[in-house]
Amino acid sequence: MKETVKIIAVLTVVCLLSSALLSYFSGITFARIEQNGIDAINDAIRVLAPQAVRNEEFSVSGLAVYRLFDAGDNNFGYAFIAQGQGYAGTIKMMVLTDMAISEINGMAVLESVETPGLGAKIKENSFRGQFVGLSVIPQIILLKDKISNKNEVQAITGATISSRSVVRILNDRIEELKENIK
Amino acid sequence: MKEFTRGLWYEHPTFRQLLGMCPTLAVTTSAVNGLSMGAAVIFVLFFSSLIVSLMKNVVPAQVRIAVYTVIIAAFVTLVDIFFKAYIPDVSKNLGPYLPLIIVNCIILGRCEAFASKMPVIKSLKDALGMGLGFTWGLFLLSSIRELLGNRTILGYQILPAGYDPLIIMILPAGAFLTLGFLVALMNRIEQR
Repeated sequence: MKETVKIIAVLTVVCLLSSALLSYFSGITFARIEQNGIDAINDAIRVLAPQAVRNEEFSVSGLAVYRLFDAGDNNFGYAFIAQGQGYAGTIKMMVLTDMAISEINGMAVLESVETPGLGAKIKENSFRGQFVGLSVIPQIILLKDKISNKNEVQAITGATISSRSVVRILNDRIEELKENIK
Repeated sequence: MKEFTRGLWYEHPTFRQLLGMCPTLAVTTSAVNGLSMGAAVIFVLFFSSLIVSLMKNVVPAQVRIAVYTVIIAAFVTLVDIFFKAYIPDVSKNLGPYLPLIIVNCIILGRCEAFASKMPVIKSLKDALGMGLGFTWGLFLLSSIRELLGNRTILGYQILPAGYDPLIIMILPAGAFLTLGFLVALMNRIEQR
């Protein structure tokens, strides 16, 4: 009986002290962690659209969309989050588009765990650079050979699934945006 | 002094005891990841050993593992929150492997085998030795992988652009290959 009480007492005290320590520490770092997330988004927007001086966030199908304004406070386009399944895991991207959502003007990979040296090339300029001035009408097409039209993207050699995933995620997301933004 | 140096070489946690293989294999794709994982383990090992050693006469034997796990989990979560707040890039790279230190055999092993039976000062020396040993092990392993797989160490380019990176070195197979060679090398040196 005495032993049981001691076991309960020791476990209770250890758990209480641990949670007290953690909740205190979590409290003082909470604001900073939240700010890190906001900074990461703002940095990504700044790189894609340096002319954007402010943005208004809203949500389409649960993912963020940012209405972008330039120095004259003109709404010149949207930046939006697109994410979905890649080859190895989730690919999360920030994409820049015009007001009519007819053209992509930049893409940055925020998160991905694609294979280094192959699928991870979706982050490199050789692939990413194709998403500037890319027409999305009627939709983006992925080709393995040379491209000839404004809505075509060339796949990464040896990483067809990663390339295809990026294009599929973007096409799906653009479809959602077109239906929801008028 | 023996308590401190043991972990650095003769009972090296990675190359001699082969403990904590999960972070060793998973996060050593770049030297920065290796170093930050090492730093996290030193911190957790140091404070867990301190508390476990202080409490050794209070904790009933039946629940000692549960108590160690709660203590270790508290410090690991502390490090996880700290990384998320102050070095978010590293936190992103380490991903789930940082919280997984909770079940790292080196930490639980040192608490059970050493800190729970020894005085505080000896336990702290043991923790620092094992932690630093683990850290140099990870740093060496991750530097070799980053160098051969990406031409760089800590982001600085070492090998010329003409060298074609061996992609396999930063894939999981590269971790097993490098670890195998390093363990063999350690054994060879010890045999002399």
